[in-house]
Amino acid sequence: MSAIFAKRLQRELRELQASPPVGIAVETVNDSLKQWSIRIDGPEETLYAGEQFHLQFRFPEAYPLESPEVIFLDPVPVHPHVYSNGHICLSILYDQWSPALTIQSVCLSIQSMLSSCTKKQPPPDNQRYLMTAHRSPKDTAWAFHDDKV
Amino acid sequence: MATMDRDRDDPEARLASHDRPDEDEDEDVLIDEDEDDGYDDDDLIADDDGDDDDDDDDDAFDALEDTHFAPVIAEKDRKKPYEVDFAVISTQDMAAMQKREMAHVAGILGCSPQHAATLLRAFRWNKEQLIERYMESPEDVAASAGAILDSRKQPKPVRIPGFTCDICMMDDDGADGAGMETLALGCNHRYCVDCYIQYLTQKIVQEGESRQIQCPASKCTLVVDETTIEQLLDPPVVAKYKTLLLRTFVDDNNHKLRWCPAPNCEFAIECHVPPSGLSDVVPTVTCRCGHTFCFGCLLDDHQPCICSLVKLWLRKCKDDSETANWISANTKECSKCHSTIEKHGGCNHMTCRKCKFEFCWVCLGPWSEHGTQWYSCNRFDERNSVDARDSLAKSRSALQRYLHYYNRYANHEQSAKLDKQLHQKTEKKMEEMQNTSNLSWIEVQFLNKAVEVLLQSRMTLKWTYCFAYYLKRGNATDLFEDNQRDLEMAVEILSGLLENPVDPDKIAELKQAVLDKTVYVASRREVLLIDTSRGLLEGRWEYQYP
Repeated sequence: MSAIFAKRLQRELRELQASPPVGIAVETVNDSLKQWSIRIDGPEETLYAGEQFHLQFRFPEAYPLESPEVIFLDPVPVHPHVYSNGHICLSILYDQWSPALTIQSVCLSIQSMLSSCTKKQPPPDNQRYLMTAHRSPKDTAWAFHDDKV
Repeated sequence: MATMDRDRDDPEARLASHDRPDEDEDEDVLIDEDEDDGYDDDDLIADDDGDDDDDDDDDAFDALEDTHFAPVIAEKDRKKPYEVDFAVISTQDMAAMQKREMAHVAGILGCSPQHAATLLRAFRWNKEQLIERYMESPEDVAASAGAILDSRKQPKPVRIPGFTCDICMMDDDGADGAGMETLALGCNHRYCVDCYIQYLTQKIVQEGESRQIQCPASKCTLVVDETTIEQLLDPPVVAKYKTLLLRTFVDDNNHKLRWCPAPNCEFAIECHVPPSGLSDVVPTVTCRCGHTFCFGCLLDDHQPCICSLVKLWLRKCKDDSETANWISANTKECSKCHSTIEKHGGCNHMTCRKCKFEFCWVCLGPWSEHGTQWYSCNRFDERNSVDARDSLAKSRSALQRYLHYYNRYANHEQSAKLDKQLHQKTEKKMEEMQNTSNLSWIEVQFLNKAVEVLLQSRMTLKWTYCFAYYLKRGNATDLFEDNQRDLEMAVEILSGLLENPVDPDKIAELKQAVLDKTVYVASRREVLLIDTSRGLLEGRWEYQYP
C-alpha cells in the first residue's frame, strides 16, 4: 500500500468532518478507508434544490496518484452528464485527475456540475451506454466534449 | 540468421586453406570451390544462360583468371534495383541522433539542450516547424510545450518552514515531516519531494509515460524536464524513463525510423521510403538481429509483392481460404440471389430460404419451367437454366482462380517449413557422418547456404503468387509468370537434391550438384526480383482487384 494512502485519507476525512462545505457530508467510511459514501444536497436555487444524492467513492491502492472511482448511488440525478447507472462523465475523475485534487474538490466539482444544469435530461446516449458499460466507470474511454454544464 | 550471414563466406575461405595439404584426397573439393566461385560470377555476368548448368563447368574453370574478377566484384557491390538503402540504428546511435538534434536546436534557440528536447518532443521532432513557430512567438511555443527556457529556473529541492504538501497533506512542522524537502516547477505548484518521486515513478513505471509528464497540479500543463527526473529518481526508473523517451523518438519519426518487429530486438531501422513510395518499391531491410522484414508494413519479407497487395491478400486469405475450399466443393448458389446453399437431403426442387426463388438443383433453372416432370431434370438446354449456370460458373471460376493462387502460396509456405525440418535432419545426419567417417565439419557446411537460399526463394515464390493474383493478363504478366516458373522449377530441383539420402562416398558429387543449384536458384530469384522491381518503377504492372 502506498505510504501516503492511509495518512492522506485520514486527514481528508478529519477535515471534511470538521469543516464540511455547504451541502456536503461524509456518511459512512469503511474500516480500511477504501470505500466512502458522501451525501450531496441539491444546491439551493437550482433544478436540484431539495433533492439529496449519495456518491460512492472507492480508493485504489495508489490513491492519490490514481483517481478514485466515483459513482452516484440510487437515486441518480437526471443530468446530461450522469448516466442512469450512476457513472459520471467528468474529466477530473479520469484522465485529468491530479494527485493535488481532493475528495472535497471532487465533491465541489460535482456540485457545480449539478448547479449549472439548465435542463434535467439524461445523456443522449444513455441507453447505448448502459448496454455496453463496464462495471467501473474508470474502464470506460471517456470523450469530454461539453464543458458548458 | 546473423551467424549464418557471417559464416556464409568463411567456410569457403577456410576450406581452401584447410584442404590444400592433402590435395590428393580432396582434389575434387578444391576444384569445386574454384568452380563454384567461377560459376557464381559467370552467372552474375551473364544473368543466366539456361536451365542446364552442368555443361560448362570446365570452361568456366579454365577461362577463369584474376582479371575476370574486377567487373564481377564491381557487379557484386552495386546496389540491386530491388534493394533499398537503410541503416540499422542501435540505442546508442539513437541517443546520439537525439543529442545532435537537441544541440542544434539549443544553439539556434539559445536554450539548454534539455529544454530544446522538451520543445522538440512537443513538436514530434519536427525541427523546422518548431524553429519557425518559435521565431514567431517564443513564449507561446514554450508555454504550449510546457517548457521553461530560462535554464536558471531549473527546479531545485528546497526546505520551506511551515509548508504543507497538498498531495500527502503532511506539514513541515517537525512532528510530521521534519525538514521536508519541496520542489516546484516554473509554475510554482509546490509539493514535497517524496510525493514528487512517487508521482513520477507511478507515471513512468505504471503508466509508461515519458514525453508528457506534467506538473502534478490539476490542469497545469508544464512538463517535468529530464534533469529533474534524473535528479529525483532511482537509477532503474531513470533507465526506464530514458528507454521510453527513446521510443517516443522512434515513434515520432515514424516516416524514417521503425523498430525491428522481432521479439526482444532493440534495434531500429532508418530507411527513407515514404508511404507514398510503397507502390513503386518493396523496402526490404535486414536488422542486425538477423530478422528480414518490410520497412513499409513491418511484415516479414514479401518481395516482390507490394505492401498494398499483401494487405489485401492477407485479409482475403484470412476471410475465406479455408471456407472457400469447402464451399466450392459442397454448395451451389441460388441462381437469383446468389445465396450459398448446401443441399443435405430432399428432392431437387429447391426453394431459396432467402428470396423464395424456386429452382432445380440439377440445372439451376427456374422450377416453373420443369412442368410436371418433377424428379428428373431434362431441361438442360433451356435458356434460363443456361444463364443461371453461366453466372454460377462465373462466380465459381473466380473462386477457382483464387484457390489456384492460394494453394500455391500456401504450398510454398508449407514447403519452407518442411525444408527447415529437412535441414535439421540432414544436419544431424552430417554430425553422425563426421563421427563415423573421415569427413570434416567444414565439408558439410554448403548445406547451410543451400537451405538459406532455398528458404529465401520459397518466400519470394510464395509472394509471387499473391502478386500474380492481382495482375491483369498481358505480355508483362506472361513474362512474370515465366520467371516465376523458372524459379519454381529450380527451387524444386534444389529441394529434391537436399532430400536425397547422403552417401558418404558420393559426398563430393552431391556437394557439386547442390552448390550449382544453389547458385542457380539464387540467380533466378535475382532475375525475378530485378525484373519485378523495374516493372514497378516503370509502372509496367497493371492490377485488377477481383
